[in-house]
Order: sequence, then structure tokens, then C-alpha cells
Amino acid sequence: MNRSIITVVGKDTVGIIARVCTYLAEKNINILDISQTIVQGYFNMMMIVDTGNISEDFHRLTADLEELGANIGVQIKCQREEIFEKMHRI
Amino acid sequence: MININEVIETNLMIEKENLDVRTITVGINLLDCASGNVGQVCSNIKSKIIRTAGKLAETAENISMEYGIPIVNKRISITPISLVGASACKSPQDYVQIAMALDEAAKAVGVNFLGGYSAVVSKGMTQSDRLLIESIPEALARTERICSSVNVGSTKTGINMDAVRLMGEIVKKTAEATRDRDSLGCAKLVVLCNAPDDNPFMAGAFHGVTEADAIINVGVSGPGVVKYALESVRGASFEVLCETIKKTAFKITRVGQLVAQEASRRLGIPFGIIDLSLAPTPAIGDSVADILHEIGVEKAGAPGTTAALAMLNDQVKKGGVMASSYVGGLSGAFIPVSEDQGMIEAAECGALTIEKLEAMTCVCSVGLDMIAIPGDTPASTISGIIADEAAIGMVNQKTTAVRIIPVIGKTVGDSVEFGGLLGHAPVMPVNRFGCEAFISREGRIPAPIHSFKN
Repeated sequence: MNRSIITVVGKDTVGIIARVCTYLAEKNINILDISQTIVQGYFNMMMIVDTGNISEDFHRLTADLEELGANIGVQIKCQREEIFEKMHRI
Repeated sequence: MININEVIETNLMIEKENLDVRTITVGINLLDCASGNVGQVCSNIKSKIIRTAGKLAETAENISMEYGIPIVNKRISITPISLVGASACKSPQDYVQIAMALDEAAKAVGVNFLGGYSAVVSKGMTQSDRLLIESIPEALARTERICSSVNVGSTKTGINMDAVRLMGEIVKKTAEATRDRDSLGCAKLVVLCNAPDDNPFMAGAFHGVTEADAIINVGVSGPGVVKYALESVRGASFEVLCETIKKTAFKITRVGQLVAQEASRRLGIPFGIIDLSLAPTPAIGDSVADILHEIGVEKAGAPGTTAALAMLNDQVKKGGVMASSYVGGLSGAFIPVSEDQGMIEAAECGALTIEKLEAMTCVCSVGLDMIAIPGDTPASTISGIIADEAAIGMVNQKTTAVRIIPVIGKTVGDSVEFGGLLGHAPVMPVNRFGCEAFISREGRIPAPIHSFKN
């Protein structure tokens, strides 16, 4: 398993989760956990996903998600989990 | 498992508070490039740098993209060139040829600065050290990415006052040689005392002879992150204040540690140290002066500044050492004037003077940094400033440095634009009384009594 964190930040609208999940399914990415919250009026969603079996490289994935975000009107980022683990866990 | 609030916190630090990894610096030993022929030394150096660090820029970009953390600079530090060129160089011009070869190598591998056009002369100067030092003005005028440093003293050896005298003249000559660019050459020249062998930050980086063949040193940053964290504890006690700085420093350093290990693994070069310094940039909100303001001094330089800086520096180190077992370099808070918007404003409104900055260097990680002074300042006065800083470093067993820019043709009231990360600065007044008789004495100042620890 190779866990990554996908974050979606922006104005809430219909179909954000659906479109992100459709893309992930196409790329053979399993979703392990989803949570969401509203911070200062903005929709914040976080997904923990398994990028261990992706059908293309990580760079393509981050670029695709960024583009998908731009189409929906939100910001989508995909980062390897270690940066959060290192910062918040001793 | 990581929760959403932790993810939001990390990404806010990166996006809003300017958290970044300031530099990945690959230290490269060039002693095996020595030869009796200058042309051969140049070609050996170029091929070793390209062979060792050829993938540095690409690797750093990949890591940056995968973790979503900006890596601002990719840099190289090398063995002090006075040693590498010793058997080949018979004149300062021979050393300049090596500088130009280094500049080409830096461009070829895509790093923005390469440090180590240096000499370590803390006790005495060899003929090759002297030739290298004499070549510095021309070398910095004819290259773009080379940084030069000279270590003129240490707690163990005392201060080499002959080198201090010479460096006052070299700083002036470098300013003259680059006068068409607001004396920019001096922004790439630093005079040190107690220089560390593993510093990843410019302009003082070099790869000391105590180091391995190649090593990765990482400098983390994040004054903005500390400042934002302190906004949430306004009016709180010192205990709360210190705790907040420590926790923030811990988080910042862990990111640096991750990046350093990843870069080390991908490049196949051992990890050396993390340097914990809070390094400001001219960007708004990325300022050490703003942290001091948030701690409670109206402007950097006001009474209380030295105490606030001492506390900040100490807490940064305490938080950082918990986060990484290999902490080195300088570590603390940098206080460059032209690279820190808050410092620039403090200097412009008269809150910050060179004398107050000198006091601040007693408790922070480096020294008088990126300070523009009038172009007609005598070389002996510059040597006097260097000697004062070296004395602070020698007696307090810490690194100190001087990177001042006598801007030719400009005086107090003018301002200078260096551009990019080097920023801009007002020309600050220098004490007009001289020290010619002191500086013209020959020899060295002996090591202080507390250096006899053996």
C-alpha cells in the first residue's frame, strides 16, 4: 500500500465527490477514507487513497486532479501521506 | 490515521504562511580534482560536479511535486577552492579561471548558487589562500552564481587580523568591480568566524574537509509559520509563547527531515544535516522582524529586541533538535536586512541601526548580513566591523559573519535594489570615527582563555 492524501478546497457545488471518485475509479485508485468539513465558508474534503496500484505515474495523477479541480471550480491537491505523518506524529 | 484538521493545518502553512524547504544543498568534495595544471583542474571539477549533482534539480522538483511542498533553491557547496587549486594556481587570474569553470558547472546542473570559492585562514594564510582571496573581486565580477567566503577566526585559534585587514580591502575592491550592478558582488561574499563545515545556506556554504565525498544538507525555513502561530497566543505568558515556537519549529523541521531523507535516497548521497534556521525572504509575511513584532517589540531594533531574538533563537533550536537527530549548519534565526521586509522597514524608519544589529548577532545564528553602507566607507572601517563581529563569535563560541555591501556611488538616504531573494535595502549610516591604527597592526588576536579546554 502507498497512501496519498487528496484534498479538495473550494465553493461547494453539486457533484464534486462524484466526479473525483469517477476519476479515481478509472485509475484503479482505492479510497480508504473520506471526511469533509466547512472551514470559513469553504468546502474542505480529504480523501485517503491507495496509490500503490495506479495505472500511471504520480505526476500524471497530480496534474490530472489539478485539471479536474479547475474544471469544477475547486482546488484539488494530491500529496504523499508522509508529509502529514511526519509533521503531526512523533 | 491522519485527520482532516491536520491536513488543513499543513496545507495552510504551505499556501498561506510561506512554509517551504529553503534549500537542498549537495556538498561535494573536490580534493580529488587537484592537478598541477589549471585547465585540468577546471575540467576535473566540472565533470565531478555534473556527475554528482546532475540530477539534483530534477529530483528536488519531483519531491516538491509529490509532497506538495515548495523547495525554493537547489545549491551546491564545494571544498574550499584555495585547497583544490593550491598546486595549479600561480596567480589570482588562475583562480579566476577556476571560478568561471565553477560558474559553468553550476549553470549546467541548474543550481542558482554554488558556494565554496573560499579560504579557511583562521590562524594563518598560505600563499594559495592569499592568491584566492586576491582573486575574489574579479571572480565575483565575472561570474553569476559563485559565492565566496573567508573564515578569519575561531574560538580555538583566535582572529587572524592580517586576513581581517585584507578582507576590508577585498570587500571594497569587490564593490568597485561590480559597481555597475550596485556592488552586487559583495552580496555573494561573506567573512566568517567559527564557520561550520556543513552549512547549506549561502553565501557562507562550503564543504569542509571533515566531510564525506558527497553529502546532502537541507535548510528549512518558515518565519511566516512561526509568526502566524504566535498570532494565536497574543498576550499569553512566556511559557505559552515558548511552547508555541517550539511546536512550530518541530513541525517545520520534520518536513525538512522528510525532504532530506527522500533526496538522499533518490540521489544515492548520504544525508548530512538539517539546518534549522528561520530564513526570511522579501515576500510579505516571511519575515523574522515580523515575529519580533508579534512577540511584542514595536519595530525590530527597539529595546527588548535582543532578548526577544535570543528567546526565539533558542526555542527554534529546542523544537528542531527533537525533530531531527542531525541538526547542524547554523541553526537559529537569520537577520539579513535586505532580505527581510520587516527589517527593511525598521532600518528605513530609524529603529534599526548597525550597532543594534551587532548586539543582535550576539544571540542569533549568524551576523551582520546584507547591510548596505555608504560606498565611501574606508576599507579599515570595514575591517573594524569584521573584527568586531569575529570577536563576538570567538568569545561566545558561535558562528558570526559579515556580509556588508559598500555601495559605490551611494550614500545614506539612497536605497539599493539587489533583486530576487537578495531584496532591497536602504544605505545605513556607519560610525564615522576611524580605526586605522588598530587595523594596521600585524599578526593575530590570541584565542580567548576559555578555548583552553584540552
